[in-house]
Amino acid sequence: MTLGPPKSFRNGQAVPGAAIPTVAPRAFRDLVIAACASGARVCALYALPSGGEVTLHVLLAHDDVGRLSMLATRTRAGGSFPSMASALPSTQAMERAVFEDHGVLPEGHPWLKPLRRHPALQAGSGTEPGGPQGPADARRPEHPFFRVEGAGVHEVAVGPVHAGVIEPGHFRFQCSGETVHTLEIHLGYQHRGALARLVAARPAHRTAIAESLVGDGAISHGLAYGVVAEALGGVAVPERALALRQVALELERISDHVGDFGALCNDVGYLPAASWCPRLRGDIQNALGLLTGHRFGRGFLVPGGLIAPVGDDVLAELARVLATFGREFTQVVSLALDAPSVLSRFEGTGVVSQAVARDLGLLGVAARASGCDLDARRDHPLPGCRPLPSAPSVQATGDVLARARVRVAETTRSLERIQAQLAAMPDGPVRAPVGPWAGDAVAVGLVEGSRGQVTHVGITDANGGLAAYHVFDPSLLNWPGLAMALRGQQISDFPLCNKSFDLSYAGHDL
Amino acid sequence: MEVRMPGLIATWWSQGRRTVPTPSDASRLPEWFRGRPVLQPERCLPDCHACRDACPTDAVNTSPLRLDLGRCVACPECAAACPTGALTMSSDHRLATTRRDDLILDGGPARLAQAMESRTRRLLGRSLRLRQVSAGGCNGCESELATAGNVVWDMGRFGIQFVASPRHADGIVVTGPVSANMEQALRDTWEAVPAPRILIAVGACAISGGVFCGSPQCRDGVPADLPVDLYVPGCPPHPLTFLDGVLRLLDRLG
Repeated sequence: MTLGPPKSFRNGQAVPGAAIPTVAPRAFRDLVIAACASGARVCALYALPSGGEVTLHVLLAHDDVGRLSMLATRTRAGGSFPSMASALPSTQAMERAVFEDHGVLPEGHPWLKPLRRHPALQAGSGTEPGGPQGPADARRPEHPFFRVEGAGVHEVAVGPVHAGVIEPGHFRFQCSGETVHTLEIHLGYQHRGALARLVAARPAHRTAIAESLVGDGAISHGLAYGVVAEALGGVAVPERALALRQVALELERISDHVGDFGALCNDVGYLPAASWCPRLRGDIQNALGLLTGHRFGRGFLVPGGLIAPVGDDVLAELARVLATFGREFTQVVSLALDAPSVLSRFEGTGVVSQAVARDLGLLGVAARASGCDLDARRDHPLPGCRPLPSAPSVQATGDVLARARVRVAETTRSLERIQAQLAAMPDGPVRAPVGPWAGDAVAVGLVEGSRGQVTHVGITDANGGLAAYHVFDPSLLNWPGLAMALRGQQISDFPLCNKSFDLSYAGHDL
Repeated sequence: MEVRMPGLIATWWSQGRRTVPTPSDASRLPEWFRGRPVLQPERCLPDCHACRDACPTDAVNTSPLRLDLGRCVACPECAAACPTGALTMSSDHRLATTRRDDLILDGGPARLAQAMESRTRRLLGRSLRLRQVSAGGCNGCESELATAGNVVWDMGRFGIQFVASPRHADGIVVTGPVSANMEQALRDTWEAVPAPRILIAVGACAISGGVFCGSPQCRDGVPADLPVDLYVPGCPPHPLTFLDGVLRLLDRLG
């Protein structure tokens, strides 16, 4: 066995599958743990079955040098590999998915519970998620909900259908009175088999599926798919398209952040901002509609660029709309974050420490609010794009207020970035033809969406057809952050904490 | 407080009144909005299937030209592929229907949602409480439904409101392709709503499965044995499309 240094590459590059160093399962685990001890981050872990064998790939991000690397190992179908979840909690959900989808056992996994396919639900036999699991795999122990025992301890079950107009998921709280000891988040209700649809679809139709993975992340997921397709097809996207895509991505971020800020104000009863922010968000969705023809930006991106040119008159109108929005949003935020009734509820609520955030591999707003200085726009810029000089805001306190402040700072920075891009918009075409895809290759697309880093990985067969596709929405890593934030909190603060993370159920369940 | 109040009042003043007028047939959305597709089959070239081939959800059929709004995700592909302008997009937001067949466009006059029968309408027409069930929805439809209740669209002024329990509801609004994992929860919620009750299917996913149609993990939208009273197509439908459909159903379109 020879161990070369893991091949490193950049966001939006395709690498030959054969160039990924393959090691024995135990060395795979040890190398990944060692790399993470010296600053690397696990972005993806997935399995590729072929014949009687299963290959595992791990994708590591080396943020300090802006590089990515991959490592592989092999085991027999139905075999096992040593789990790294105890040492690297950020991999726990990915290992569960590998087991669930391919029957390869992560040996020693501390909590090998179904992630998306609950046998009881799939059989249509009931909605009780803690109920008996089917005989899916005898190697999986049963996983009833974690219980706290003792006098006065009670359990609260919420979902899957929620009181609001939101996606389904199940939350199980162990409480004494108002105080939450633990929260267990049980998802999978949204599982649509989306990745299998994407692989089976005709190439021209895949962007539409990528855009439907997460409804309010259509641009970030559509773009991540585009980056993968462009890496495999070897195309240089024209400059004007690159700039307009970044404008769309920042508009999506502003839209999500403003909506969240309003929802946070709503959850603490600060009604002026709760009324104004949804209207302001609507203005941004309409701005995105003006640019893309759709309020969530669907149907705008294609591999190689954009579906159609955008006129300069549209861009001038966009600049006007955003200038007005900036003034009105600043008014609202300065009122809300100056109100004692808001601050007293935001401050110190739902704290996630930096150590916990780092262990869980939190991404995006959730990471930056807990002191983790991560931003793929700076560390892993899109191919052909200039990196962001710094993350807009990193807060130390890890509470709801920190997450609110990060959203506000990012909104302001995104507005500046869009205005700068509109002022210096390159001329020229917006679409370049994408060539046939490279065969036996692996391509990675990382995009900093509004919730954090969206990771897409495409794997081609010998003929350049799509053999497998894997997506890691930031929500996959961030949901456990919400569970940790609730420990020791009042159960009545759950909606506030939940909204401060604003995670996607569909992005987790795929 | 004496320092803050002027700021609050000044902001209140400058934010202004934002609620749109009561929706009507004269309501207009911006030009960029991709609403009702316009079909002109007489313009089709012989043996041209460009629109059909471009559609990601098999919503378009050629010979003769038909477009199933229940499958359409309102992307620009078919109109962009059409060489003759036989298929174009208009910004008309009025898309909802009461019958599944009415969603199939053939170039003839639009068949919009009809008012429900008078007894139910008398009961629900001035106060409609709805429970929303997302069953595999991506948060596009959910987000636009929530928007229908904000200060701009203000569906509360028509007595329409989303409530937290099916026991308080007069009907449910289903979004998403109905994932296998949500089918039972959807049925349980429907059973918990007291009669008379209505079921509204919102978005291409809930009507046909949308881009997830055919996935073994999905049920291709609301199961056939549940009676749908209103189909609101789109991906996602605009809040005005939803309001227009519900107000037509209640016979309250001003």
